[in-house]
Amino acid sequence: MKQILTVANKEFHDGLRNRWLVSITLIFALLSIGLTYFGAAASGAVGVTSLSTTVASLASLAVFLIPLIALLLSYDSFVGEQESGTLLLLLTYPLSKSQLLIGKFIGQGSIIALATLLGFGASAVLLYVQLGDSEILWAFSLFIVSAILLGLSFTAISYLISLSVSEKSKAAGFALITWFLFALAFDLALLALLVGVEEGVSQQGLTQLMMLNPTDIFRLVNLAGLASSDVNGALSVAIKASLSQTQLFSALLAWVFLPLTLAIFIFKKKKL
Amino acid sequence: MNTPLVSLTEAGKTYGQLAALSAMTMSLNEGEVLGLFGHNGAGKTTMMKLILGVISPSHGKVEVMGMAPDSKEAWHCRTKVGYLPENVSFYEQLTGLEVLTYFAKLKGFNKKQAVELLEQVGITHAMKRQVKTYSKGMRQRLGLAQAFIGEPKLLLLDEPTVGLDPIATGDFYKTVDQLKSNGSSVILCSHVLPGVEQHIDRAMILSSGKLLAMGTLGELRQQAALPVVIKPSGLNGAVANDIKLSSYLTTACQGTLMVPEDEKLSVLKQLLSLNELDDINVESANLEKVYQHFLTQHQSSELKKETARGQS
Repeated sequence: MKQILTVANKEFHDGLRNRWLVSITLIFALLSIGLTYFGAAASGAVGVTSLSTTVASLASLAVFLIPLIALLLSYDSFVGEQESGTLLLLLTYPLSKSQLLIGKFIGQGSIIALATLLGFGASAVLLYVQLGDSEILWAFSLFIVSAILLGLSFTAISYLISLSVSEKSKAAGFALITWFLFALAFDLALLALLVGVEEGVSQQGLTQLMMLNPTDIFRLVNLAGLASSDVNGALSVAIKASLSQTQLFSALLAWVFLPLTLAIFIFKKKKL
Repeated sequence: MNTPLVSLTEAGKTYGQLAALSAMTMSLNEGEVLGLFGHNGAGKTTMMKLILGVISPSHGKVEVMGMAPDSKEAWHCRTKVGYLPENVSFYEQLTGLEVLTYFAKLKGFNKKQAVELLEQVGITHAMKRQVKTYSKGMRQRLGLAQAFIGEPKLLLLDEPTVGLDPIATGDFYKTVDQLKSNGSSVILCSHVLPGVEQHIDRAMILSSGKLLAMGTLGELRQQAALPVVIKPSGLNGAVANDIKLSSYLTTACQGTLMVPEDEKLSVLKQLLSLNELDDINVESANLEKVYQHFLTQHQSSELKKETARGQS
C-alpha cells in the first residue's frame, strides 16, 4: 500500500507541476460558467437559463472534452517511462506491476477528479446562489460524479494504449483514434443503424448497444432526468427505454474497472 | 561465504528464434567484483535482467541470495539490490533531490538518506535544480546515487563510467572498492575500459550471447597465451645477432620482442646482461588485449563455421 501511495503521490505532483490541474480546472470552470450564463444567448436572452438546458449543454460539451483530456494526460504514462528507461528501473524495485499501475491510476485519476469537481462545482455553486433551488445541487452532483467516472474510464483506456505500443508517438495517434471512435464515430454509426436498417433496432437493443460506449452511458445518466425537449437524436429514443440510474452507474463503473484490469493483465504479459 | 550470492546454472534467454543469451553457468561470491565485457548486443544487459528478475530465464536456473529473483519470495531481497541501467533519463521536470527521494521511498528509505547519497556522489550543489539542466556526468552520478540506495548487497552497474570525467571515474572506483570491502558484490558491465582491471576480481567476456572466457585476469592471460612485449633500446643489432633473442623479434615492430609469459624472465636476464642496454620497457598483455584476443578468436571460428556451412 505504501508503494502505491508513493507512486500516486508522485503522479499527482507531476500533474500539479505540469499545470494540468490548473488548466483543466480553468477550462471546465470557464466553460460551465459561460454555458450557465450565455447558454440561452441563442434565444436572445443573457442570464441564467433553465437547469435542464444548462446540464444538457454541459453534458454534450463534457462528453467531448473529458475523454480527450484524460487521454492526453495519461497516454504516455507507461510508454514514456519505457522510452526514458525508468520503467525498467522501477521494475527492479520492490514494486509490483499492479502496484505501479494502480498508483499511477490513483495519482492521475485524482487530477482529473479534482479538476472536474472544482471546475464544474464552481458553476453549480454559482447557479445555486442565483436560483436557490436545491434541485441544482442534485443534478450537478449527478453530473460531476458521472463526469469523474467518465474521466477515470478514459484514463484506464489510455493505460491500455500506453501499455500496448512501444513508441510515444504511436500512443498519441492511438489515443486520438480512440477519442474519435468513442466520442464521434460511435454515435454516427448508431444513428446510421437507426435510420438505415429497415427492420429497425428495438429500443432495448439500442440502449444495450449504448452500453458499449462510456460516453453514451454518461449522456444517458445526465439526460435521462431532463425534459425531453432538450434532448434530441438517437438519445431521446434510448432514454424512453431508460435504464435505472443505478444500472447506468454500474455500467460506467464497469467501464473504469474492466479496462484497468485488462491493463494490469497486459502489463504483466509485457516483455521488457 | 560458501553459498554464492548469485548463481546461474545453464541459464539462457531466447526471444523467439533469437538466442539473446545461450546457456551459461557462473557464480558470484560475496564481496566479489565481476567485470562483464562485450560489445553491444553481446547479452550483457539480458544477463543483468535475468539476475534482476525482470525477465525469467527460458531455460536453466537463476538464483540470487538463494532464491529465484523473478519469484514472489525474492521480493524483499530487491531492497538489497542496486541497479544502474545503461540509458536512463530520469524525470526531467523533477529536481535531482525529488527524483532520488522518490526512488528512496520506493525502497523504504526517506529524504534524509537521499540527501546523504547525493552528497556521496558529489551533486549536492545541484540537487534543487531540475534534472533537465544536468550534464551527462551529473545524470550519471544521480543514477549511481540511485543504485547505492540502501547499501545494497548486490550492485549491477551497466556502463557506470560513461560520461564521467577522470576525477569522477576515480571517485567511482573508490566507491566500488569501498563497497567491496563492506562485503557487497558488484557486477560491472562495460566495454573494456582502461583502469577497470585493478578493481575487478574476475572478468567475463561475452559475445553474441555466448560466454567466451571467464576467470581472473591472470587466468585469462594464461588462456589467451598472449606474449609479453619487451622493448629494449640502445642495442645496436645485438638482438638480431643473437640466435635465441632474434627468434622473438617481430617484423611489424622494429626492435620489439614478443616473448611468451613463461620465458619472460630468462629473456629479460639475457637482455640485462648486455652492456649496451640503456632502457627497457616491459608490457604484459592488458585486459583490452585479452578481450580483443578472445573476440577475434571467436570471430574467426565463427567465420570458419560459416564457410564450412557454405561449402557443404
